Amino acid sequence: MKSITKQKTFDEIKEQLDGLDKVFIVGCGTCATMTKTGGRDEVLGMKDSLQEAGKIVSGWMVIPTACDEMTEVALKENSGAINSSNCILVMSCALGVHKIGSYVDKVVIPALDTLFIGLENEPGNFHEVCAQCGQCVLGQTAGICPLTACHKGLLNGPCGGTNKGKCEVDIMKDCAWTLIHQRLEAQDRLDLMRKYQPPKNYQATPRPRTIKIV
Amino acid sequence: MTTRFKEALNSGQFVITSEIGPPKGTNIEKMFHHIDLLKDKVVAMNVTDHQSSVMRFPSIGGCLAIKERGGEPILQMTCRDRNRLALQAELLFAYTRGVGNVLCLTGDAVPVGDHKEAKGVFDLDSSQLLRTIRQLESGKDLGGNDLDGAVEFCAGAIVTPEADPIKPQLLKFEKKIESGAEFFQTQAIYDLENFAKFMTYARKFPVKILAGIVLLTSARMAKYMTENVPGIFVPQNLIDELAAAPKGEALNKGIEIAGRMIAALKKDSVCDGVHVMAIGREELVPDILAAAGL
Ligand code: SF4
Ligand code: SF4
Repeated sequence: MKSITKQKTFDEIKEQLDGLDKVFIVGCGTCATMTKTGGRDEVLGMKDSLQEAGKIVSGWMVIPTACDEMTEVALKENSGAINSSNCILVMSCALGVHKIGSYVDKVVIPALDTLFIGLENEPGNFHEVCAQCGQCVLGQTAGICPLTACHKGLLNGPCGGTNKGKCEVDIMKDCAWTLIHQRLEAQDRLDLMRKYQPPKNYQATPRPRTIKIV
Repeated sequence: MTTRFKEALNSGQFVITSEIGPPKGTNIEKMFHHIDLLKDKVVAMNVTDHQSSVMRFPSIGGCLAIKERGGEPILQMTCRDRNRLALQAELLFAYTRGVGNVLCLTGDAVPVGDHKEAKGVFDLDSSQLLRTIRQLESGKDLGGNDLDGAVEFCAGAIVTPEADPIKPQLLKFEKKIESGAEFFQTQAIYDLENFAKFMTYARKFPVKILAGIVLLTSARMAKYMTENVPGIFVPQNLIDELAAAPKGEALNKGIEIAGRMIAALKKDSVCDGVHVMAIGREELVPDILAAAGL
C-alpha cells in the first residue's frame, strides 16, 4: 500500500503558516519518499524555501514511517527543537499528520495533499486502485474496481460516455467497464457482468469508521 | 395510469418525440414557446435534466409546464445529482402531478459541465433507477418500507448503437430491459446501415425503440461530433454533403438530411419511432418533420 501525496503550493503552505514563524519540519521515509513529496531532498528544499520566505526553521527530520508507532520515539528525541517551535510542518500523507498530531501538543500543519491509496504500475506512475468501500466487489469485476476505476463508480456496466474504450472525462483514461468486459470475456465469465448488482451499501461501515480487532 | 405516450407506443404507430431544453435562469417564455410549437406535432416531449452537467431550470419544472399547456412530458432523470432518497421523492411527486413517463439515465460526468467542482452523486445507476421505479410501483420504497400510495410509470432508458466498443453497451442494454425498461431512445444515429443491424438484434426484445435524430447544423459541427462526442459517428458522405451546401444553406441541408433519415426509418419500419433533438434550435423541429413528409 502506498499513500499517494502531492505537495501543496508554496502559497498555500505560507498561508497556513501565517503567524507561525518558527517551524520544525517532519518528512517521511516511506510513501512520501517514494513519491518525492516528503523525503530528505524535499524536506531540505522546503527548509530553504521557508528560510527564504523569512521563517525560522528550528530543525527537521525524516521519520522512517511517519504513521508508525516509532514516530513517538522520534519526536521525543527532537523534543527540544520541537518545543521551541510554533508548529510542525508535516511532509507526509494525512496518516502521518494525524499520528504526529496525536502525540505532540503543537500546531500541526500539512504540507502535502493526500490524494489516494494507490499502486505504482510503472516507475513514477501511481494510480488509485481501491477507495476502501467496505464491501469488495473485485471478485465479480475481474479484479478491476468499478468504484475507483470508473469515474461514476457504476456497478452494472458502462455509461454512454465510453469513447473508443476511453472514459468521457479524460481521453487518456481507460473506461473501466471496457476493461472489465474484456477481462471477463477472456475468462469466459461474462455472466458475472450480466448479473444485476443492487444499489451499493454506502454505510457498510458508517463514518467515522473504526474497527476493533481482537 | 396508461400515459398517452405509452398508448402511442403500443398502438403500432410511428412515434415521434422531441426534446425541450429548460432555460438557464427564470425566463421561461422561450421554453413555453417551444412547448406550444411542438405539443401537437409530437407525441411527447422529453425535458433534459441539467444536460451535459450544466445547471439549468429543472426537468420536473419543464414537465409540469408541458402538462399545463396540454402536452405530454417525458421526465429525464439522471443519477448524477440526487441520491436514492431524492430520486424516489421526485418520482412520487411526478406521479401525483400526472407526469407518467420517465427516462432513466446515468447522467454525464460532473467535470464536463459548468460546475466542475461539484460532487457527483451516482448513488444509483440507470439500471438501479429503473428497478427503483418498479419497486415503487409495487407499493414499497427502496428501503423495503410500505408506501402510502404507489406510483405507475412508463419507464425507459437510452442506448448508444454506435458505442465503441459495442459489446459492453449491448450487455447494459439487456440489463436495462431486465430492470424494467419499456422503451429506449437512442443516442444520435447517422449510419442507417449500422442502425439497421442494431435493430435486427434489438427486435429480439419486447421493447420499443425510438431512433435518436440530432440535427446537423454544419459540416464543422458534424465533424466535431464524430471526433469528440462519445458514441456518435457521422459518416463522411454526410459531412461532405453538408460541406458542399451553398453558403448559408448548411442548416437547410441538415434539416433535409434529418428529414430524409426519418422518412427512411419510417418507410421501412426499421424502428418504432424517432426522438428528434434540435439542441437549442427546437423551433426547427417542425421543419425537420415537414422535410420527413410528416
Ligand atoms: S470494491 Fe473497490 S473500493 Fe471496494 S474494497 Fe474492493 S477494490 Fe476497494
Ligand atoms: S466512460 Fe467508462 S469509466 Fe467513464 S464513467 Fe462511463 S463507464 Fe465509467
